[in-house]
Amino acid sequence: MNKKSIFFKDSAFKYLVGGASMVVVGFFAMIFVMLAIRSYPSIVNDPLMVFGSTWDVNSGIFGGLPAIMGTLASSAIAVAFAIPISLGMSVFFTEYAPRRVRAALSVVIDIMATIPSVIFGIWGLWIIAPLVKNYVQEPIIGSIGFIPLFSGPAYGLSLFLASLVLTFMIVPIISSLTISLLSSTPAELREAMISLGATRWEVVRHVALPFSKLGIFAAIILALGRALGETMAVTMVIGNSFMWPFSSVSLFSPASTITSKIASELYEAVDMLHVSSLIELGLILLVITLTVNFSARLIITRISRRGATQ
Amino acid sequence: MSFKNRKGISKILAVGIVALVLVAAGVFYYTQIMGAEQPATVTAGGASFPYPLISKWTSEYNKLHPLIQITYQSVGSGAGQNGLFAKTFDFAGSDSPLSDSQIAQNPGILHIPETGGGIVVAYNIPNIGSGMNLTADIIAKIFQGNITKWNDPAIAAINPALTLPDLGIVVIRRSDSSGTTDGFTTYLKNASSVWVLGSGKTVNWPTGIGASGNSGVASTLQQTPGGVGYLEFFYAKNNSIPYAKVLNRNGQFVEPTLSSISKALGAAAPLLTSDIRASVVNMPGDGVYPISVFTYILVYKDLSYMPEARAKAVANFLWWVIHDGQSFSESLLYPRLPSSVVTIAETNLRQLTYNGRPLL
Repeated sequence: MNKKSIFFKDSAFKYLVGGASMVVVGFFAMIFVMLAIRSYPSIVNDPLMVFGSTWDVNSGIFGGLPAIMGTLASSAIAVAFAIPISLGMSVFFTEYAPRRVRAALSVVIDIMATIPSVIFGIWGLWIIAPLVKNYVQEPIIGSIGFIPLFSGPAYGLSLFLASLVLTFMIVPIISSLTISLLSSTPAELREAMISLGATRWEVVRHVALPFSKLGIFAAIILALGRALGETMAVTMVIGNSFMWPFSSVSLFSPASTITSKIASELYEAVDMLHVSSLIELGLILLVITLTVNFSARLIITRISRRGATQ
Repeated sequence: MSFKNRKGISKILAVGIVALVLVAAGVFYYTQIMGAEQPATVTAGGASFPYPLISKWTSEYNKLHPLIQITYQSVGSGAGQNGLFAKTFDFAGSDSPLSDSQIAQNPGILHIPETGGGIVVAYNIPNIGSGMNLTADIIAKIFQGNITKWNDPAIAAINPALTLPDLGIVVIRRSDSSGTTDGFTTYLKNASSVWVLGSGKTVNWPTGIGASGNSGVASTLQQTPGGVGYLEFFYAKNNSIPYAKVLNRNGQFVEPTLSSISKALGAAAPLLTSDIRASVVNMPGDGVYPISVFTYILVYKDLSYMPEARAKAVANFLWWVIHDGQSFSESLLYPRLPSSVVTIAETNLRQLTYNGRPLL
């Protein structure tokens, strides 16, 4: 009797937690199915929407390539900016920072991670845009503007600014994870290195970083996911032009992303094909994030397996 | 002791009498109103452009008719139309009239012009204030990227009094789908032969940066020297952003003001009699500001699908809007409907029916 009731409780618990995880799977399936069904008319209308470069609602032409390129470019640039900043900050934090500085820094990182994206957007639009325009874009365009990647004019609002704002949004994600990884480096290894006369840099280079590289890679992928899907802040600072990268490849040109396109047009879209094309863009974004995540997982298992066999 | 007691009784008596009077007054007031109309809750929504005015109307109307509760949600014209089609909104606000295909799918909807607006060409040029002269062709060329400098000979030729700087033009337009974009591009399509982008709530802009909403365009414009954008009149006026005079069909450069916009609405009245959805931009007439548009309330002719009290409330409210409601327009920087347009709106509202009987 007693045993049975324990068994019953245990299996009830099993179904309860199992049910909780099914909810997540169920929601994901619902989102995927909804996106697929609602984007069906657009897929039928133009199966090659992914490669189209023109988005002209009045003529019924919907090409998504500029938005897809904008999403990939802004996220890639943001991650490229964020990696050295976050790693530098994390190494300083774990190896060099005095206790007080460390406490202050960790509060700042935590707060930055909780700032709503619309605040980042306002800050980017009102404060950073004029600064970037006057002190970054204009000098660069003035000196090396003949290179198409850095050609003018300087608008402030641009792909570059969006990448910069994204950088500030993902630095806290990468650095807080990296800090906890670096600080969990086994003390024996660290001490052994120091006793051999290694400098701090050598400890970081040969022990701490190799020890946490998989975790850091996972943190970067998490940040990339955040950057790919960020909507509000990007919409406010990217300039929302569908010309990049076809009329101009300059980083200082206004561009658009998948999320900014959807956020800008979905509310007022009346035409069925227009709505459907926007939803197809959403589906494409979902596929992009899934691809990024799966390939990241593949790389991580590869590397860790290789590590195990060595 | 007895004195005290007597005082207590008279106090109770006084309180009792006051309470009775209040109750009687309440009952009288209530029955008076009940005699006139049934309580009703009306839900509407749509365009954000007329939202400040409509919310003023609903609160003023509620003061006059405390049993009628009307809420208007500022969700955008497209969402308003869909809400009306789905009959979740009892009426909808829309900056553009319904298209032919929408009418075919959803027959029996009335367009009631309730106010209008002017779209101004606003700019940020150091040391140059409001009142630069522009023509439709020049505006079209600027927004298509054919004119790229403020000291372009075409602009200089019609602004001899201004010293225009050698400054690049930065086009700032809406990134979101908007009735303002629709009005602006419809004007350019109508008035300029060089405009090739067509008209609609979004067009495929070849140049410039996109900002979200009137507020996004205004704030981007304010921090971009050389910037030019299009804004709702009241937005530019409230934010003290300089804007241009535009050449009208009578050959005058007209400053956008409430009266020049109202004149445009009046000039459009003859067109509306034959087709309520007629485009009203670029109207001829003395002192008419050419980039003026109507904004409409959309409502089903036959309101039998809703409770009778609500149908009456909708009809009475809309009737009040085009008459007494107009006195609130100008203080909120919306043009007053000219009497010629009020007559047309009246004719349309008289078509509202409930189970075959007219509501007005």
